[in-house]
Amino acid sequence: MLRDEDRIFQNIYGMKDRTLKGAQARGLWDDTAGLLARGRDWIIDEMKKSGLRGRGGAGFPTGLKWSFMPKESDGRPHYLVVNADESEPATCKDREIMRHDPHTLIEGCVVAGFAMGAHAAYIYIRGEFIREREALQSAIDECYDAGLLGPDAHGWGFDVYLHHGAGAYICGEETALLESLEGKKGMPRLKPPFPANTGLYGCPTTVNNVESIAVAPTILRRGGEWFAGFGRNNNAGTKLFGLTGHINTPCVVEEAMSIPMRELIEKHGGGVRGGWKNLKAVIPGGASCPIIPASQCEDAIMDYDGMRELKSSFGTACAIVIDQQTDVIKAVWRLAKFFKHESCGQCTPCREGTGWMMRVMDRLVTGDAEIEEIDMLLDVTKQVEGHTICALGDAAAWPIQGLIRHYRGEIEDRIKAKKTGRISAAVAAE
Amino acid sequence: MSDLKKISIDGEVIEVDGAMTILQACEAAGVEVPRFCYHERLSIAGNCRMCLVEVKGGPPKPAASCAMQVRDLRPGPEGQPPEVFTNTPMVKKAREGVMEFLLINHPLDCPICDQGGECDLQDQAMAYGVDFSRYREPKRAAVDMDLGPLVGTCMTRCISCTRCVRFITEVAGVPEMGQTGRGEDSEITNYLAQTLTSELQGNIVDLCPVGALTSKPYAFTARPWELKKTETIDVMDGLGSNIRVDVRGREVMRILPRNHDGVNEEWLADRSRFVWDGLRRQRLDKPYIRRDGKLAPATWTEAFEAIAAAAKGKTVSGLVGDLASTESAFALKSLVESLGGVVESRLNGAMLPADNRAAYAGTATIEDLETADRILLVGVDPRSEAPVLNARIRKAWLNGATVGRIGARNDLTYDVHHAGEGKAALKDVLEMKNPEENHDLNTVVVVGQGALARADGLSILAMVQEICARTQSGLLILHTAASRVGALDLGCVAEGGVPEALKADVVFNLGADEGDIPAGPFVVYQGSHGDRGAHRADVILPGAAWTEESGIFVNTEGRPQMANRCGFPPGDARENWAILRALSATLGQTLPFDSLSALRAKMFEAVPHLGQIDEVPVNEGPALPAGDIDDAAFIAPVVDHYLTNPIQRASTVMAELSRLKADREAQPMAAE
Repeated sequence: MLRDEDRIFQNIYGMKDRTLKGAQARGLWDDTAGLLARGRDWIIDEMKKSGLRGRGGAGFPTGLKWSFMPKESDGRPHYLVVNADESEPATCKDREIMRHDPHTLIEGCVVAGFAMGAHAAYIYIRGEFIREREALQSAIDECYDAGLLGPDAHGWGFDVYLHHGAGAYICGEETALLESLEGKKGMPRLKPPFPANTGLYGCPTTVNNVESIAVAPTILRRGGEWFAGFGRNNNAGTKLFGLTGHINTPCVVEEAMSIPMRELIEKHGGGVRGGWKNLKAVIPGGASCPIIPASQCEDAIMDYDGMRELKSSFGTACAIVIDQQTDVIKAVWRLAKFFKHESCGQCTPCREGTGWMMRVMDRLVTGDAEIEEIDMLLDVTKQVEGHTICALGDAAAWPIQGLIRHYRGEIEDRIKAKKTGRISAAVAAE
Repeated sequence: MSDLKKISIDGEVIEVDGAMTILQACEAAGVEVPRFCYHERLSIAGNCRMCLVEVKGGPPKPAASCAMQVRDLRPGPEGQPPEVFTNTPMVKKAREGVMEFLLINHPLDCPICDQGGECDLQDQAMAYGVDFSRYREPKRAAVDMDLGPLVGTCMTRCISCTRCVRFITEVAGVPEMGQTGRGEDSEITNYLAQTLTSELQGNIVDLCPVGALTSKPYAFTARPWELKKTETIDVMDGLGSNIRVDVRGREVMRILPRNHDGVNEEWLADRSRFVWDGLRRQRLDKPYIRRDGKLAPATWTEAFEAIAAAAKGKTVSGLVGDLASTESAFALKSLVESLGGVVESRLNGAMLPADNRAAYAGTATIEDLETADRILLVGVDPRSEAPVLNARIRKAWLNGATVGRIGARNDLTYDVHHAGEGKAALKDVLEMKNPEENHDLNTVVVVGQGALARADGLSILAMVQEICARTQSGLLILHTAASRVGALDLGCVAEGGVPEALKADVVFNLGADEGDIPAGPFVVYQGSHGDRGAHRADVILPGAAWTEESGIFVNTEGRPQMANRCGFPPGDARENWAILRALSATLGQTLPFDSLSALRAKMFEAVPHLGQIDEVPVNEGPALPAGDIDDAAFIAPVVDHYLTNPIQRASTVMAELSRLKADREAQPMAAE
């Protein structure tokens, strides 16, 4: 278990003082100018050494991402954009940072902005996060008052703007977020051009998750090697994990990467409701990650590679725990409904496919379908996956693929039961 | 084209500009890539996903070829050209998948859809789709919107390609359409349920790849395969847009634009596209003679004899109307001059010199506008005088050109630096400091009839020429009449202009309907429609409309273009040159040609460049002498741009458009 002194987010539960004074007492804002004085290359190198991978879900190495920004400005300003549109169902780790430990994020903006030659950061915060916005804004105001932000701060000059979204899931996609930030409809852009070249207002931009930015100052202070010391190779660091669903004590907790899933659930989540044997499945990191059946959870390692081995995805590391009393088909149907509702409607496969998938799922829930339709549905998900502008199409396809991969028998049983009016022996035995 | 890149498409290596998209490169290689949302003249949306291709070495998923530039492709490990495939199983599967998605919520009401037979969705479903459907759920339906009298809607058929939205926003410059809602429920709608106001809105019907937007006046009248298609030239304004006229039997069923990069790109103004019903109404189909103050039907022989009797020993003159072809103008000129008279074509009073082509056809081409850095508009309202040209200027503006204007102040859909209204502003431009700063830039001055059709018009033109000389700018004279430049090429001018021509005893009026002829002369009206000119006539000779005869028209930049015969004139009406040829025999001055080709041979002899179809000759001529200019603003008299000629005035669609426009303008603005 992670030692308390190795936790980056010292106030994630809001038990301590969240003001600037409190943050400084916990070591934040300590000689930020000194960090900047060591230069852009040092910061980026240190981030690369730390092995930090993007905490928003895709897991792209953060230091590498920062290094994509042009070294010299061609006359256009550079921007840092922080993706605080945390809308993934069951994911609520960034929320805790913003409302209880906002100074980690703001200081992170300054060092990250410096590393990429930006003088301004835009934090795009989710529309539903009212209190979080207030907390973050008051923290930003404190920093301006204290001279930690502003035209002369740290000899660099840095502004942070907090922008309030309107609550669309798709605005968490980096280019849709930029569109929305520019005042347009939140619809993903075509890539290339990538934001590092043509981003916000056509200027070089890096979009990072809240957590990726918020951990940066501590990594720089304590050194990349310290951070890289946690977790398995290629999955370094500490990470905020979230646990929701059928567990006894849902929580957000900072842990070392590569913690076994069972340890995470039993130690921090208070165990599965009704005991480990009552576990049916886990959705490891947000709605788009394919479901993992209980049989694989036993030895599952919670990190990027561990989840990929199980044909799922680490995502945001905010897991949904599902127990045996759950209708897993209906659970995945709910996700399909979510993606159908949140599809932006721009490109064909996602616009038409999410609705189709949801409607077939409707019938799978009631068993009002043909056995062949399971394969048809799988084929439709493959037709959506990889054919869309952004990853929402993929995200909508994966949970259904996961369901069919692991629970095909259950779906078939339900269809048969509906047809014959009798439940099968397998179902009766449960 | 310095950035040339090698790319392999389906195994064939070609070299293309790195800025080209894969789709364009595929076209260059002769490989067809299906698409719905992509359109050459609109911004790239990349939303239909039909154009997916496989890129080797990239991520293991197909790439949208319309949005990916060749220079963004990674070369192979040893520097081989990047490889793109359009015929692999992955691409085939992707296309089938997208096609299936497009069709699941498409109504498949092809039998009652006007797009049937020329539908991209139909064609591509045949070529790239599968022949069965797996969709068992209810289909989506959408509420139709009212876009006005031109564009019919059936939004259930919409595949959300957003071509219409992009056209209205980018080309027409009137952001009246958009996509609202999201996901499955997203819809293309008009702003606040108002009807479209753009004068180019008909183009969205062509752009729509399915039958969601259809032509209301054409609705349910014909199927594309029963139409005879003739490529010809539009004469509703001076631009000479290239069009295709679709005819069934004798009747024109619709008019569509053709692509011509030098003239109209592929757009067409509504007043040209929807004018065909004007070709069916108010037509003159037999000769008339005025007897006891009333026009009475007559035979051709009677009409010719009545003219011969009236013209015997009298002075004669001719007027060339706005829609006359060069052939008919040439025939009229030959006839009238053989009778000792003069012919005038400058009906609006712009006294342009026929011996100085640089002064009446200008020195710039329409295409020059596109690359211009600076454009100056003098006494011109391109939006109403030539809407397609206005879209060109807007395109230049979008590309960074600055536009200055002297004259009226109406909205042109782009930002204009308004320098003033008349002489003073023009003088300021003339006396600007450092005119040589413009020498490195592409600059074009566009002069309209608001500055030319006035007593001091030539002095204004002289000053404009001076400005062009100092700044090394091109000069484009925007004519509003399709016949004008051709008639000036032929020298159809009289000393003293129209008033002088009207002093003759007998006036041959070849379709001049835009002015009143005072009482006095005996008027022979030859034209297609019973309009103003026919009411004043003493003898009416029914002529063919422009779609019913072959003729050369010279557009405003001086480009001769051939209009072809699409159908036959109604009743006893005849081709215009043939009427004049027949009349000449009765008048004892038989014209020296018996066929259109003989006429053209004579005409090309007199004016050689008319024979160089589709070429813009380089125009040179002396600068006009400077003169006094009065202080009046350079503003053309208000003309309803939907009702500028007899064909438009006979069209009910144009009348409706004109009424709606007047209603809109009469409505107070919210702030008033």
